[in-house]
Amino acid sequence: MSLGVKSKRVLTRLLQAIPTVFGILVVCFLLTRALPGDPAAYFAGDMADAESIEQVRQNLGLDKPMPVQFITYVGDLLQGDLGTAISTGQTVTQELAKRLPASLELTLGALIVALVIAVPLGVLAATRPNSWVDHLCRFLVTAGVSLPTFFTGLALLYVFYYLLGWAPPPMGRLDMMYLPPEPITGFYTIDSVLVGNWEVFRASLAQMALPMITLALFTLAPIARMTRAAMLQTLASDYVRTARAAGLNQRRILITYAFRNALLPIITTLGMVFSFVLGANVLVEKVFAWPGIGSFAVEALVVSDYAAVQGFVLSMALLFVALNLLIDITYTLIDPRVGEDS
Amino acid sequence: MSNTTASSAMPQQRDTRDGYWRHLRHIMSDNPLTGVSFGLFFSLIAIAVFGPYLVPFDPVATGAGPALQPPGADHWFGTDHLGRDVFSRVIAATRLDLLISVSAVALSFVFGSIIGCFAGYFGGWTDRISGRLMDTIMAFPLFVLAMGIVAAAGNSIENIVYATAIINLPFYARMARAEVSIRRNAGYVQAARLSGNSELRVLFGHIFPNILPPMMVQISLNMGWAILNAAGLSFIGLGVQPPTPEWGILVAEGANFIISGEWWLVIFPGLALMLAVFTFNLIGDGLRDLVDPQRRT
Repeated sequence: MSLGVKSKRVLTRLLQAIPTVFGILVVCFLLTRALPGDPAAYFAGDMADAESIEQVRQNLGLDKPMPVQFITYVGDLLQGDLGTAISTGQTVTQELAKRLPASLELTLGALIVALVIAVPLGVLAATRPNSWVDHLCRFLVTAGVSLPTFFTGLALLYVFYYLLGWAPPPMGRLDMMYLPPEPITGFYTIDSVLVGNWEVFRASLAQMALPMITLALFTLAPIARMTRAAMLQTLASDYVRTARAAGLNQRRILITYAFRNALLPIITTLGMVFSFVLGANVLVEKVFAWPGIGSFAVEALVVSDYAAVQGFVLSMALLFVALNLLIDITYTLIDPRVGEDS
Repeated sequence: MSNTTASSAMPQQRDTRDGYWRHLRHIMSDNPLTGVSFGLFFSLIAIAVFGPYLVPFDPVATGAGPALQPPGADHWFGTDHLGRDVFSRVIAATRLDLLISVSAVALSFVFGSIIGCFAGYFGGWTDRISGRLMDTIMAFPLFVLAMGIVAAAGNSIENIVYATAIINLPFYARMARAEVSIRRNAGYVQAARLSGNSELRVLFGHIFPNILPPMMVQISLNMGWAILNAAGLSFIGLGVQPPTPEWGILVAEGANFIISGEWWLVIFPGLALMLAVFTFNLIGDGLRDLVDPQRRT
């Protein structure tokens, strides 16, 4: 009957997410109620008189005490009701659901590119201090944290679109010439591979390349920095010294002993990296006219469409919590210090 | 710093101070970039203070030259689509950008320190409530939270400052809490308490000055990030309104012209932004070496 140590830890971690989600709901609720001026007057429109404003107030339940309003708000959320987007007339939930795959494809793609570059770079930099790899790593880390993402994106566009002509124009996810593939996962690249349409795959990858590189350049800085620091620490540890003295080969020491232990602090930093990447995602989507939830929020901000912006903030926060949860659970599962049977 | 030998005797204190300056000189010569970053820092301040009086053209006047001129002898950074001088606009923007980030960082430093000091010193419920509060802020992707706050509170420069201050609050509060709680029962604190100082006086008169060095490092590392955040918010159209010159807005205005090849509209304000962030990051690293030699990277 008794659960293993790991499963128990995973369960505890899942329970710990509940107060966090509650906190997010409270903040989002307060943000919707902190609208400039009277929300009832806002929703009633410019032409409304005092009587119809009062009517709207009662309809929206704004005359009730705050805790009651909060319960209504959470109840609406549970039914997936985030209000209506003024600019398109559709519900915010529909709009977000339609655009979420585009954002996820870009963000996850950038994260994978960043991890694939940053982790080996950090490991190499740590094993060869003061070599050119170390200097390159240090340069990329410093540049990565100092460069505004929107500026990197525009500079890359100038070089690769205007000067060299390699990249397609920054007009969304797919060139007008192609039809998007049948949605299976919602990711154009994966969907086109699944149906075997290589031409669309190439076109969508070409569209995604620059925004993905922009986001990855920004993301890889903290990962490379942490990998380098963690590897330096584990390489200086007693168990690595012992392994060396015992005559184990270099590869085994580096991967089995040093890297596996360095992985834990790297995974912990990923939480902070997600926070950065989800924020930077908004800016990159605006630069490349990427039709994701970030550019939806920016458009909504311009026309003061509050319901849409609040829905965006809430869904980003929930996404962030989910990613952090995933990271923590992975952390528990790979932690070599905890065995399932102990 | 090794303060173990430093007592309150005057000559000895002067010794530690001398040691501090020698250490500073050592750091400077060891890493020339730190010296460069201090130079850059003072030029940034000078540009922010005197820049608007020195620029060759009025930064908001249209028609200072022909529209969309590439950089040349008359207009060093070229002109934009309304014929405004980009060099004057980039220089004039320094003051506003620094003002926004300095006020935001100052706000989060003051309130974050107070919250963190109370949490670290008194512990218990104060600690639990403030910790929960900070965790809730950190549960959001920070830039997204700032967007939400500005959207809800109204689109103005003050709200950009408040939003940036709120998203930076947890870093200061957590750091102050950690630093205070390890000093809570240090010898000098117990001595201060024993000689009849009130709790608040012990906390802010005796402990707080001692946590200032690590907090200063946090400030300079945070400044660069605050600048990036404020510029990002105005890039997506929040806060600063055109025609006011501000780096984020200048880049946003230039973004429409990059695909037709007018690079100077984006590159110069972007480089200015980058340079400012870079300066503060370098100073932060240098200060960290100064305060905590063990954590050098």
